[in-house]
Amino acid sequence: METYSLLREFADSWMLLFLFTFFVAVILWVFRPGSRSEYQETADIPFRHADKPAPAAATEKEAQP
Amino acid sequence: MVNIVKLVVLGVVTLFAMIAANYARDLAYMVQALIVMLVAGGLFLWTLRGVGEEKPAINQGEYMDDVIRFGVVATALWGVVGFLVGVVIAFQLAFPVLNFEWSQGITNFGRLRPLHTSAVIFAFGGNALIATSFYVVQRTSAARLWGGNLAWFVFWGYQLFIVLAATGYVFGGTQGKEYAEPEWHVDLWLTIVWVAYLAVFLGTIIKRKEKHIYVANWFFLSFIVTVAMLHLVNNATIPVSIFGSKSVILWAGVQDAMVQWWYGHNAVGFFLTAGFLGMMYYFIPKQAERPVFSYKLSIIHFWALIFLYIWAGPHHLHYTALPDWASTLGMVFSIILWMPSWGGMINGLMTLSGAWDKLRTDPVIRMMVISLGFYGMSTFEGPMMSIRAVNSLSHYTDWTIGHVHSGALGWNGMITFGALYFLVPVLWKRERLYSLTMVSWHFWLATIGIILYAASMWVTGIMEGLMWREVDANGFLVNSFADTVAAKLPMYVVRGLGGVMYLTGAIIMCVNLYLTVRRAPAREARLSVAVPAE
Repeated sequence: METYSLLREFADSWMLLFLFTFFVAVILWVFRPGSRSEYQETADIPFRHADKPAPAAATEKEAQP
Repeated sequence: MVNIVKLVVLGVVTLFAMIAANYARDLAYMVQALIVMLVAGGLFLWTLRGVGEEKPAINQGEYMDDVIRFGVVATALWGVVGFLVGVVIAFQLAFPVLNFEWSQGITNFGRLRPLHTSAVIFAFGGNALIATSFYVVQRTSAARLWGGNLAWFVFWGYQLFIVLAATGYVFGGTQGKEYAEPEWHVDLWLTIVWVAYLAVFLGTIIKRKEKHIYVANWFFLSFIVTVAMLHLVNNATIPVSIFGSKSVILWAGVQDAMVQWWYGHNAVGFFLTAGFLGMMYYFIPKQAERPVFSYKLSIIHFWALIFLYIWAGPHHLHYTALPDWASTLGMVFSIILWMPSWGGMINGLMTLSGAWDKLRTDPVIRMMVISLGFYGMSTFEGPMMSIRAVNSLSHYTDWTIGHVHSGALGWNGMITFGALYFLVPVLWKRERLYSLTMVSWHFWLATIGIILYAASMWVTGIMEGLMWREVDANGFLVNSFADTVAAKLPMYVVRGLGGVMYLTGAIIMCVNLYLTVRRAPAREARLSVAVPAE
């Protein structure tokens, strides 16, 4: 089979399936139970460390009051 | 040891540039070789004078903000240059006499047009992206930029790329690919700078102190990676001579066209959209002082946007030699793109929910919100224009130019201005901006300027589309091309005026930012007050 037909067949079968499944999986993953509190924490990142980097030994827990 | 390596490399580059300038086959190449010679020679002397000097130790407990301050200044200056060239070529189209006889071949429309597009997209937009991404990745990773002076190399290397590209355009060294005009030697230089940029950005993310990678960094990273891929594939050329600009692309015929518009549309999708969305996801929450409306939506926004954008390119090639299935694919994906685009816009706008009063009191947030408004408008218009039937009317007309500008001036320009107004007081440690009244003036001048621009281009675009396809009872075309050109004059003048207003607004911004650095009260006083960590 010529390269074009081979790649074309792969692209509109397995690759399409893979990309679509990956995308659907991302959406399901985002709505997993318990994601809300984790994302709230992540969404607050811009409001920490505005002036200085975290100290070298600091873990994430210490960074918060 | 490092200095010796540097001196050797710079010396060899200087020598090669001299030889190249001597053997140059065309003017553009010679000018560029001379620029490289001067830059490399100057750096050689600078390095030589610095040999043996003690370098101050780098304080890892501070953010690397010098390079961002330079980036902010470069963004503002290149912005004014790009808008100015835009105003000039707008009036050149309205009044062809402005293509002066004495400077034919250098400052006529054909030479200045790529100068304008690249100055605005790559010089203004690119510097804005580099500066804000360096700012955002440090703050959201709680870590200093990785790689020490590599960030400076990225900044100055990118400025050199801009100068080389610009001289190429005016002296005629271009490969004629829209938004990818620079020739092979300039492309190679950009590749080196871009790899360094990726290294700095990724290195900072890797050494982050936060557990998660904030969504803005996802957008920035996808922008950097995708632009690298697009740049390499679309510029796969073989130079005719090592001493000349001319090169031949590997792709042939319609495949070359498809690669070009795969590049071209994703330059819009990843450079002008993903990168600037990274800005949006940091600066709008910061300015509104509340976290983004829905972090879940932002993740879906990210994956949907990058999964869909990459397929939309073929809509630039309707009714060409491109197979129908490919242009239909491009059209369908462009229409699906509506969803993530508007999802992202809603996410940005709803970040203000509960703080809508800020729109009344804070002109900076107003600027950011109208940028989202224009984003929504142009991402509605774009999919519509990608529909084959609409495209048969809109393609090759000024409607396209109007569409591009409502996106570039409205979305990219306004969100960048908003980011600059946020960054300058923070980076120079000022209490506030010098004048909010001037921000309001900038806001209204820019907004009215864009409206004049977009509206006049809709009128002239649809008019010329209809005039081109008008046939009489016997099937003959009614209008000649020159008829459409004559009919467009009033709209071209209005467009030029819109450009003047936008440029005036940008100059007011520069004055305001300069006075903020010089005159606004310093922030030191407030810093002594204990601020809780969150």
